[in-house]
Amino acid sequence: MAKPKPRVKVPKTAAKGEVLEIKTLITHKMESGQRKDKKTGEKIPQKIINKFVCAFNGKEVFSADWHPAISANPFMSFYAVATESGTFEFTWTDDDGSVYSKTAQLTVG
Amino acid sequence: MNESKHYRDVSRRQALIVVGAGGLAAAGLTLLPQAASADAAAVDAAIKGLIGGKTPQAGRITLDLPQIAENGNTVPITVEVDSPMTEQDYCKAVHIFADKNPQPGVASINFTPACGKAKASTRMRLAKTQNVVAVAEMSDGSVYTAKAEVKVTIGGCGG
Repeated sequence: MAKPKPRVKVPKTAAKGEVLEIKTLITHKMESGQRKDKKTGEKIPQKIINKFVCAFNGKEVFSADWHPAISANPFMSFYAVATESGTFEFTWTDDDGSVYSKTAQLTVG
Repeated sequence: MNESKHYRDVSRRQALIVVGAGGLAAAGLTLLPQAASADAAAVDAAIKGLIGGKTPQAGRITLDLPQIAENGNTVPITVEVDSPMTEQDYCKAVHIFADKNPQPGVASINFTPACGKAKASTRMRLAKTQNVVAVAEMSDGSVYTAKAEVKVTIGGCGG
């Protein structure tokens, strides 16, 4: 499987106190563990992203625990208040321990 | 002759009423065992495990789901909790369950006051027509719940 590619949509600039909408998506099969291999009839083992975290300047803003019922190429949108300029860091943790991450800059002024 | 026709009409109407009532009763009978199915019990148990002995109240949650999902592989869901999101009073978490999926848990979403708004969207898989349940935990310890039914045309758990 191709390496998961994270994508985030965050406004570049914002006014202080503004509530921003953040949209994220990562390419991932989110293998549920329910599907069977058509040839062998064996169950395909579960392999999903089980944790998503968004932090701003090192402080956690939003997080989500995902179960196998989350669709392939998981999408997540949520909100954050613009308090100061800084960096959003997004991390996705895979069942196999891999961590995928992406950052986005925000300028408040 | 005329009278007998009249009589026949009445009896047909009565027959319809009887059939209608019977149908309703049958529907009631089939609905009841469903409400007490093992899956719904599993969801209740999972909720109990999260919130302990607290009683969830209705309200404050807005669940935005399609009434009919043609493709159970990607069902959009938006959940919003009515909360001021201040340090003193905010929504801590929202847990989403689907009671007829092979595993009822869908996601747990954790908010902080820095979110500004307790609202989030994602996409989920639904195996078949079922209820989606959201449980919101507030910072003051109160618990709210909301439920919505989604009709699924093609299930989304693979075969």
